Amino acid sequence: MSASLFVVQLFNGLQLGILLFLVAAGLTLVFGVMDFINLAHGVQYMLGAYLAVMAYGFIGNFFLSVLLALFASLLFGLLLEFLVFRHLYGRDHLEQVLATFGIIMLLNQGVKLLWGAAPLNLPIPELLSGSVPLLEGLRYPVYRFAIIAAGVLVAAGLYLFVTSTRVGMLVRAGATNAAMVSALGVDIKRLFTVVFGFGAMLAGFAGVMVAPILSVEPGMGDQILILAFVVIVIGGIGSIRGAFLAAVLVGVIDTLGRSFMTDLLRLLLPPATARVIGPALASMSIYLLMAVVLAIRPAGLFPTKGRA
Amino acid sequence: MPRARRAIPAVAPKAPPALTFDQRLAAGLFVLLALLPLLSRGIASSYLLLVGERVVIFAIAALSLELLIGAGGLVSFGHAAFLGIGAYAAGIVASHGHGTLSIALPAALATSALFALATGAIAVRTRGVYFIMITLAFAQMAFFIATSLAPYGGDDGLTWPTRTMLWGRPLLKDQLTFFYLCLALLIASYLGVGRLIASRFGRVLRGLKDNETRMQAIGFAPHLYRLTAYVIAGTLCGLAGFLLGNQAEFVSPAYMHWQRSGELIIMVLLGGTGTLYGPMLGALAFLLLEETLSRLTEHWKVMLGPALVLIALFASGGIAGAIAAWRQRRAMGARLALPLARRHRLGAARKGSRSWRRAGLRLLSRTARGLRRGADAARAACAPAKTALGRGLQALPSLAERRLKATVVRWWRE
Repeated sequence: MSASLFVVQLFNGLQLGILLFLVAAGLTLVFGVMDFINLAHGVQYMLGAYLAVMAYGFIGNFFLSVLLALFASLLFGLLLEFLVFRHLYGRDHLEQVLATFGIIMLLNQGVKLLWGAAPLNLPIPELLSGSVPLLEGLRYPVYRFAIIAAGVLVAAGLYLFVTSTRVGMLVRAGATNAAMVSALGVDIKRLFTVVFGFGAMLAGFAGVMVAPILSVEPGMGDQILILAFVVIVIGGIGSIRGAFLAAVLVGVIDTLGRSFMTDLLRLLLPPATARVIGPALASMSIYLLMAVVLAIRPAGLFPTKGRA
Repeated sequence: MPRARRAIPAVAPKAPPALTFDQRLAAGLFVLLALLPLLSRGIASSYLLLVGERVVIFAIAALSLELLIGAGGLVSFGHAAFLGIGAYAAGIVASHGHGTLSIALPAALATSALFALATGAIAVRTRGVYFIMITLAFAQMAFFIATSLAPYGGDDGLTWPTRTMLWGRPLLKDQLTFFYLCLALLIASYLGVGRLIASRFGRVLRGLKDNETRMQAIGFAPHLYRLTAYVIAGTLCGLAGFLLGNQAEFVSPAYMHWQRSGELIIMVLLGGTGTLYGPMLGALAFLLLEETLSRLTEHWKVMLGPALVLIALFASGGIAGAIAAWRQRRAMGARLALPLARRHRLGAARKGSRSWRRAGLRLLSRTARGLRRGADAARAACAPAKTALGRGLQALPSLAERRLKATVVRWWRE
């Protein structure tokens, strides 16, 4: 376990955490403000990636296609909200699970139908390719730095938006007590639509950012969806701050666990056993974290619902 | 007078123990399933019987989930974990040469129960969305443990050396025996879950679902009851897993995939929660849809997805809900019709008999048709009067104005 490898993995973990935050931010707001379980959020992430690839195929300019994909994600999110989700607010969680699960099936398979099952790829733009020296004899790709930077920028912007604008105030109030906000004369339906479209765009953004470094394939949203759920449950549903902290925590623990768990276990156990248990324990680590957090604090680290 | 336990007054059965409509429906389903081998023998296809086995096995799993969702209000999004655990436990025992029923089945049930006990102890402390998520997380843990079980196949899954032996003989190899064993277990599960939900325990559980605070106020500890329900449901689903593993003679981590858990929830919802026949019908409907649609096209999920959305939007009661609504409409018609029919002395003389009801319905519909025709005629007759009245009303303001002017002029002159 060398120090440089550790640093690289730490950055990788940070980058995963940032991506998770982008997905989880929309999810936690939709969850917190509308008490709506949106299993289809992961599909929106996948769709963002596919839209970016498609736009790149038409235009050939990375940054323009990113913008286009963002806009398309926003539109698609609003369309889904208008067609389906709008009618499910305030209904039983079970029905929401059923409907959004149906959307997952439809879109996962639809994507396969349109673009085929083979993984696609988005090339890294000239400007962001290459790598920078980080430490002595250690280089790190620029593009991953760009992801971290973009993510941190979005997080900061989101934080400012939520804490110091009027809409942000309404969102926070809605997460604490939606019925009261509605009683005070705020058009809560429109607020929902805004939050939903915005969340879909953030998920799409995460998908676009990740498209050049991961393969774009059907079902790529499922894994990150579950991770995002873990994140928002650890962070406390409806809390942006909680989502950020939990996302970074989960990203780093997951990445470090996968790279070093086996080595760590080898110190304690015979190598053969370590090789078997290590990967399992690494994949389980974040779920263990979640179980521990929920066992101690059943409403997550930063609960938002103001129940005394 | 010593009171050993808090008294919930037992409800004495008022009617003689005839079968309710729900029970008759379930019994009909069982009979149909029991006749399936005849049909499949008739068209000489064991494929139909294979599908039937899957339907029966998943019906057991759906029943166990219904115990959690319908009675306990606990939406478990990780129920498929028990399918995998039951199958893995029996498969691992079998791969060490202990594939007899007396060892493999208890191993499967005990492992499922232990997993349910350990995870449930944490999960039942949470509510609503958190419960959904934490059960999902535990199922994912089980999934990843299974993928890393390198000695037992890891990602590729574990092929069972043989089906479970009975008295040292491969009795379950015979398709008919296996099918009827599964069916018998399904009927037993149906009866067991039904009794459980109707029992004192089930009543407490339903009470906790409706209003936890009140139940606590009368002195019930919610966690204990919920945990017990979770363990029972998990064990029952472990049984389904044991059967599923036996059917395929194979088990893989895919048994525990989170989408499988989602499919179990879909079966329960498609059939309609709140009844026991609902989830079984749901399992039947889902698997039949899957079989037929996947024959039509490889992309059958493109069709199933929107169907699920539509069901969630417009038919949230599922099949059971639709049946209940239909029965209610029918009963309502009969209730309205009966007095009418009696007044007109139609049909047979026996009160509440079928022919009474039918005659009443006929009369009611005839009356309704007559009324509607009369109303149409009246409306048609009224139409000229109405236009005249409308014209008059329109003329009224100018008329009033003229009168007013005249009055003012007269008053001015005087």
